[in-house]
Amino acid sequence: MLPEPAVAAGKATRGWIDPRVRLAAALVYSGATAVWQKPESIAAALGFALGLAVFFRLAPGPVLRRLFAVNGLLALLWLILPFSLPGETLLQLGPLAASREGLLLALRITLKSNALLLALLALVAPLPFPSAGHALHRLGVPGKFVQLLLLTWRYLALLEQEFGRLRRAAALRGFRPRTDLHTYRTFAWLLGMLLVRAVDRAERVRRAMLCRGFQGVFFSLQEFRLNGRSLGFAAAVAAAVAACAVLEFGG
Amino acid sequence: MHISEGVLSGPVLLAGAALAAAGTGVGLKKLAPDQIARTAMLAGAFFVASLVHVPLGPTSVHLLLNGLVGLLLGWPAFPAILVGLILQAVFFQFGGLTALGVNTLIMALPAVIGYGLFSRFLKGPRAGALAAAFGCGFLAVLLGGVVAGLALTFSGEHFLNVALALILAHLPVMILEGGMTALCVGFLRRVQPGLLPGRPSVEVR
Repeated sequence: MLPEPAVAAGKATRGWIDPRVRLAAALVYSGATAVWQKPESIAAALGFALGLAVFFRLAPGPVLRRLFAVNGLLALLWLILPFSLPGETLLQLGPLAASREGLLLALRITLKSNALLLALLALVAPLPFPSAGHALHRLGVPGKFVQLLLLTWRYLALLEQEFGRLRRAAALRGFRPRTDLHTYRTFAWLLGMLLVRAVDRAERVRRAMLCRGFQGVFFSLQEFRLNGRSLGFAAAVAAAVAACAVLEFGG
Repeated sequence: MHISEGVLSGPVLLAGAALAAAGTGVGLKKLAPDQIARTAMLAGAFFVASLVHVPLGPTSVHLLLNGLVGLLLGWPAFPAILVGLILQAVFFQFGGLTALGVNTLIMALPAVIGYGLFSRFLKGPRAGALAAAFGCGFLAVLLGGVVAGLALTFSGEHFLNVALALILAHLPVMILEGGMTALCVGFLRRVQPGLLPGRPSVEVR
């Protein structure tokens, strides 16, 4: 049920790029792209994201599936927005008038969503989760938070198995989900049991951490090297964002 | 319930990120190093539980469970929910990076408010505890809808109708979440009262 990030978007390629640079690039690119309003600048940003997807050699199959899922939701906006936003009428369908403003807004949102998704898939998703966490720490995210993030990630698959085991046990006893109180009570109790076991395990983990000398400080042993090629990549991303900004604000 | 990327305006995203960062800061401050493992494990458990489809009439819904998260965690619900949303963005590409702040606020602010209002009743008399848990689960979804609605409306006034529809459409979910929260709190009172916040007025064990 839980895909490994690396499987979700192909192997982590271009390993010579410092993970810190990848994360920072994703933040800067996404933050900037979210602000763009003109279709030209958003389209340019989408073009750059496509370039990133090619550069990082993302597997086309999984990427297309992700894009398909997101664009399915966006199709709803295309049905609603043109008819709910007032403006210059482009198309008359009986009593419904599709406005130019509505279509433009739907187009903007669609291009933006695809650009942001592609950038996330290219820059962040393929990173091994632990090194992404350590990179976040080096970028100034508090150690406590990174620890929370990494521990949650570490135990996620285990908790999922635990919950699967509880659900299979219920299914063996003939439990079939329906819309009734019995179903809701069963789910609530399964959830309660999962929480009880999670906290039990957390206590064991806490003791194991204490045995290893945990004093509340998060140490990061991974070393990052800001090599020349990483800087080159950072410069390329900065140039692309700047180019989009010129399209947005200039001319 | 979360808002996809590309919909909200820049200022709204920025405000959401700032508020979520502030809440996360408070949550981290209140999170004793001793409690990191427990919080991480509960965050993972809630993440797993929220993937389950629960039947509701002809369709099925995902549980949000943010009311229960709030009741069990208090302020650290902020970092716990942010962690959950980051995992969701990386694993499933739901929500995405830019909407992370707003989406954290949508789920975590109601969780903390619910904690402040209702947590003191959970170890009191049974009927009151269950009513408080129901109220917390219900209110958490309702307030989440209000925060989401505000974010949409500040991004563009034409979203006001979408926002109202969003809140109305979640009415069955509010009732379901309230009920699930009450049932789960009832279970925990009997099985592991130590998990619930506050000092017991009656020894339930």
